[in-house]
Amino acid sequence: MKKLFYSQKIAPYVFVLPFVLTVVFFWVFPIGNGILLSFQDVLKDEWVGLGNYKRLLSDKIFLKAVYNSAKYMVGTLILLIPFPMLFATLLNSKLMKKPGLFKSIYFIPALTSVVVAGTIFRLMFGEMETSLANQVIGIFGFGPIKWLKGEWTGYFALLLLACWRWTGVNILYFLAGLQSISTDIYEAASIDGASKWQQFIKISFPLLRPTTVYVLTISIYAGLSMFTESYMLWKGNNSPQNIGLTIVGYLYRQGIEKRAMGYACAVGLVLLVIVMIVNLIQLKATGTFDKEER
Amino acid sequence: MKKRLLAVLMCIAMTASMLLGCSAGSEGDSSEDSGDKSAGTREMEVEGDATELEVWTFIEMHQDFYTDMAEKWNEEHPDKKVKLVLSNMAYDDMHNKLSLALESGEGAPDVVDIELGKFPAFMTGEIGLMDLTDAIEPYKDNVIESRLEIYGKNGAYYGFPTHVGATVAFYNTEALEGAGIDYTTIKTWDDFKAAGVKYYEATGKYFACVETTAQWMINLMLTQKGGDYLDADGNIDITNDKMVEVLEYIKGMQDTGAFATVPGGQPDNEEAYPSYNNGDYAVQIMPFWQTSRFTNYMTDLSGKVAIAAPPVWNEGDAIKSIGGGGTGTAVVASSENADLAAEVFAYIKLSEAANEEVWNVLGFDPVNTEVWTDTELTQNPDNQFVQFFNTYPFDTLLEIQDGIYALESLTSEKFPSINNEFCTVTLNNIYENGMDIKEALEESQDTLKNEFGE
Repeated sequence: MKKLFYSQKIAPYVFVLPFVLTVVFFWVFPIGNGILLSFQDVLKDEWVGLGNYKRLLSDKIFLKAVYNSAKYMVGTLILLIPFPMLFATLLNSKLMKKPGLFKSIYFIPALTSVVVAGTIFRLMFGEMETSLANQVIGIFGFGPIKWLKGEWTGYFALLLLACWRWTGVNILYFLAGLQSISTDIYEAASIDGASKWQQFIKISFPLLRPTTVYVLTISIYAGLSMFTESYMLWKGNNSPQNIGLTIVGYLYRQGIEKRAMGYACAVGLVLLVIVMIVNLIQLKATGTFDKEER
Repeated sequence: MKKRLLAVLMCIAMTASMLLGCSAGSEGDSSEDSGDKSAGTREMEVEGDATELEVWTFIEMHQDFYTDMAEKWNEEHPDKKVKLVLSNMAYDDMHNKLSLALESGEGAPDVVDIELGKFPAFMTGEIGLMDLTDAIEPYKDNVIESRLEIYGKNGAYYGFPTHVGATVAFYNTEALEGAGIDYTTIKTWDDFKAAGVKYYEATGKYFACVETTAQWMINLMLTQKGGDYLDADGNIDITNDKMVEVLEYIKGMQDTGAFATVPGGQPDNEEAYPSYNNGDYAVQIMPFWQTSRFTNYMTDLSGKVAIAAPPVWNEGDAIKSIGGGGTGTAVVASSENADLAAEVFAYIKLSEAANEEVWNVLGFDPVNTEVWTDTELTQNPDNQFVQFFNTYPFDTLLEIQDGIYALESLTSEKFPSINNEFCTVTLNNIYENGMDIKEALEESQDTLKNEFGE
């Protein structure tokens, strides 16, 4: 007994046990089950081999969903990494007055429920002349637009919702990263005559790399698996010409709305594979693996 | 010693937190669950012994209706009293929950309202709903048969219908008179189109809408032509000539400028109500139940709307109208009290008393046609619907009574997917983006074939 408690070999395993169990019960088991289901027609309770996957490849709506998700992911990466980084640097600067106030203002949207926010955005981008978005463009002399019926105007609304909601969260990540950079480095740089911009490019940016890699990783995943925003913006899973349909939206449509669980599992597994591939390439490219090997 | 104690304590704390974590999780879940239920749940108060029946609805008004009728049942059948426990959920939510409950065999209610568009989805594979043919038998003679058939499969009925939903025309008479149009002269679609052009020229406002998120008018026109979405063998066939003709005809209407898409894509939509209420559009071709939307959401039109028979292709056509939309009340087969539930709900939904309530409370056209001719009821001056419209609603219904048909493919397992494709892709392609009709239909045909594996 005594040996058991003091065993250096066992102790680490005891400590990681809760995590391992969680992963096994809530990840490995469902994923394994999902793989099995993806080869079945659940409603008819029969095995269909690769049938579901064959259907996926020639399913234009699925391809559209993949395209939409990828497009959304790219948009969020372009907007939600450089700008929050810049804002975080500004907030961290000594010249900034009342940074606490601005931090909370940026962060408030993240505390709002997506359901509420999505509904309000939908009303803002209504197609009537009196909707907020149409009133705003009316000031510049444009006629009303059917925002949520056009591919790119709908994309714009979706990105705006994402930026409104996630900028504050990403700012917090970058702020945490910035605060861990020693002020000595900046002092030394300013003594050498480096401008603020040079300091940002030469000091902040490279030293923020671990944070950036982390934000990049979760943004890729979040972008590809987005669902609620589009669901709320189009009041349901059915948008005109499927302009708001995402991979998870399609999974939901097939699995829950059409009761094709097996097919939905195939969709889910393809999403898993896509996310894994993109993230692995990105982690490899940013050199995250190299460090661990050393 | 201290170290050792600490180690032991930590181990205990860890295991405990794990176990507690689990149980706390499940406790949290269950309390959340019951919290959820109490939010939208109502229990009937019944004296004495009563069998409890759990009922799911997605329209809150139905709860009042069921409770009223169950009380009447209890008075008449003191030996078979029931106590309804009603839960109201959002439309998608409820159907998805039901689907999962039937799939997993756990958590399903005894009785459930299923919307027509979702009904065929529950008719695939092993049917989890009870065969209600016997329960319907006593009432069958007075009920419009096509409304029973839409909730049936292979000769068995699985749902009690709520209303007929006969498609009718709602004319804003004040607006039309201003443009010198007499709606009673509109008999055919050509008249309808011509009246639209005249109205548009006189007022600059739209006559009626071109639908993109529903097919009320499209299905009516299609059925009147004898067309459908499926061929005789039940295979998908949306590129057929009749379909093309109908969509071309509507496209022609749109090209005149008098007909246009409406915000929200169809008249029964929160974005569309104001457009009708303030007179931007004058006419709606909608199922009869749109009456309740008028009294609730388009109140400025009170006393200005006439209900008339919808246009036909040629005067004297047999098919005058079709049933549109609907809710089938189904009994879950695995329920312990399925037999009693079927008997009670047959009474609640199909008896004459029930059908009077359907009109009085909900403003729908009841499926029991005996009620239709009871003028004391249908022309009751205290009735809010009689007050709202400037024609007697049932005069129109009686006029078209023998010509109310149903779109055949409505009961097909494929219809929910077809409907979905039309309302998201096809109609938007044609009427919003100006895509060629044949091309748009072929594209959707491919998508649907892929889905059905044809």
